[in-house]
Amino acid sequence: MGLEEHLGDGILFTTLEKAVNWARKSSVWPFGFGLACCAIEMICTFASRFDLARFGMEVTRASPRQADLMIVSGRVSTKMAPVVRQLYEQMPEPKWVIAMGACASTGGVFNNYAIVQGVDKIVPVDIYVPGCPPRPEQLIEGIIKLHKKIEKESLKKKREL
Amino acid sequence: MHDLILKKLKERFAESILEVAEFRKEPTIVVRKEYIIRICRFLKDDPEFSFNFLSDLCAVDWPERKPRFEVVYNLYSISKNHRVRLKVRVDDGESVPSVTSVWSTADWHEREAFDMFGIKFEGHPDLRRILMSEDWEGHPLRKDFPLTKEEVMFNYNKDRPPRIMK
Amino acid sequence: MNVEILKKTEKPETETMILNMGPHHPSTHGVLRVILELDGETIVKATPDIGFLHTGIEKTMENKTYNQVIPLTDRMDYVASLSNNLAYLLAVEKLLDIQAPPKAEFVRVILTELTRIASHLWWVGTHAHDIGAMTVLLYAVREREKLLDIFELVSGQRMMTSYFRIGGLAKDIPEEFEPKVREVLKTFPDKIEDYENLLTKNRIWLNRTVGVGTISAEDAIDLGVSGPVLRACGAEWDIRKSNPYSGYDEFAFDIPTGKNGDVYDRYLVRLEEMRQSLRIVNQALDGIPEGDFVERVPGVVLPPKEEVLSNIEALIFQFKLVVEGLSLHRITQR
Repeated sequence: MGLEEHLGDGILFTTLEKAVNWARKSSVWPFGFGLACCAIEMICTFASRFDLARFGMEVTRASPRQADLMIVSGRVSTKMAPVVRQLYEQMPEPKWVIAMGACASTGGVFNNYAIVQGVDKIVPVDIYVPGCPPRPEQLIEGIIKLHKKIEKESLKKKREL
Repeated sequence: MHDLILKKLKERFAESILEVAEFRKEPTIVVRKEYIIRICRFLKDDPEFSFNFLSDLCAVDWPERKPRFEVVYNLYSISKNHRVRLKVRVDDGESVPSVTSVWSTADWHEREAFDMFGIKFEGHPDLRRILMSEDWEGHPLRKDFPLTKEEVMFNYNKDRPPRIMK
Repeated sequence: MNVEILKKTEKPETETMILNMGPHHPSTHGVLRVILELDGETIVKATPDIGFLHTGIEKTMENKTYNQVIPLTDRMDYVASLSNNLAYLLAVEKLLDIQAPPKAEFVRVILTELTRIASHLWWVGTHAHDIGAMTVLLYAVREREKLLDIFELVSGQRMMTSYFRIGGLAKDIPEEFEPKVREVLKTFPDKIEDYENLLTKNRIWLNRTVGVGTISAEDAIDLGVSGPVLRACGAEWDIRKSNPYSGYDEFAFDIPTGKNGDVYDRYLVRLEEMRQSLRIVNQALDGIPEGDFVERVPGVVLPPKEEVLSNIEALIFQFKLVVEGLSLHRITQR
């Protein structure tokens, strides 16, 4: 049945790094964490039409302890900033961050007292997704970019960090 | 209806009414702040008006005027379907009597006005910041509070005080 | 065993427990912190702490012109952005004494009612998801996508449409608008049936919603509650009936009300409101009048492109409006 019939017995050679990164990128578990407008588009991305399950990512975790990826979806207010930072620190390594939308990337149209001008001031960001809010396709593009980034990551370097 | 409200208010609180205005059929009555609770209570309890719904309470900052702030009460009657707007004037550092005893919803609105403008409400059960965190300094919606957080390179109206600071 | 001790512990002294929920919690859609005081599993007191999504929109608006504010109103309540546009524009139009042309009014009614459906769908979906019914969320988002397609068709954006402008609309409705809306009108009633089948008599749903969060009508009015929540308490009040705007008095629709003011009644009211919205959309779609889509008030609304290129007056108005614009002193949102 299926692929197995054609393969027969055999072994496969690869580097440990490649194998680990391949496993990591194929099942990134995002953190179910919504802030503002972009969260709505993020949920649309998880839902049936855009179906993030195709990338092994439909398991959103409600707890930061079980998540690998934090999608900062929306504007981060100064009151929320310490919470975001704490949630990030509660996530176990390896972890990645996507800044979704203009507000999370730069503050967007809200250049004022209440909004943190870019979430990269409080947590390290791997991928910036532009748009206000980004379409689900854009977010998926960002996620694919992140997958490529994970594939190229060096285990040694990550450990030294 | 507006005339009736005004007539009755003038009968009962003649010395409290400072100014009356009407714009686009929306009446505005400026009253002395000492009377605000009594007037609100009267407007709510009078069966002819029954303003049972405080649809909004907010403040406005006029930096060039002498009593610097205005507190605006937008009243609405769900049963009678009419509206009236009350205003009181208050200077920086002074306080306004709280109307939480009249409408419970005034609680959060007054906290917001306190948070954003620094207007104190006398008799409020729990006057703390509501939107900003407790350790925040300043009152952001005052006109002399910096408008932008970061300098914008292409600001075309830099010379329009007091909107842009620095 | 000592009998006296047993007697003493028959009525053990209990004390309440303080539990912090949020600002991030498993059902985050808007960030809210609630400090709960628990007596066993019963919540005796809940103190909400808001402001985690405070965006300072009112402050940003101080430096904007009337037209520049429209995109900011989209982002206030982002699941019902067109309704926010309309609320702001009605205030501006009242201030400037402008009346939008009939065509614009009809399109506004259609789109805001569709927005209401989209917003209610989001409520039903996420709420069901929060108390354990994942299917409804997926169904609701699927239907919402159809509505977002309509918004995208008219404005080019899925959520932050900014399609309504001072005096009317940003541009004329495209040809495909009507068939698309008709398709939704045709298919959507069955979908509401689906939600009803999934939830209305669902034992778990009933257990978790009936009698929960009850508000009496007097309390609701005293606390300044409006909209579907107030109607679920039994008060038959709708701003579209009491102060009709945008020609709502021309359409026939009912105000659904609840009895107990609990979560279940709010759910029923919202479902019925979706049906009533469809009724309004149906009537409005049949009656879209011919004519211009925006009232071209000089100095307020941008003149059409061909006039700007051929008429010096129009060019001046365009120039002044873009460079200077109309600005405001203080805006409050509620």
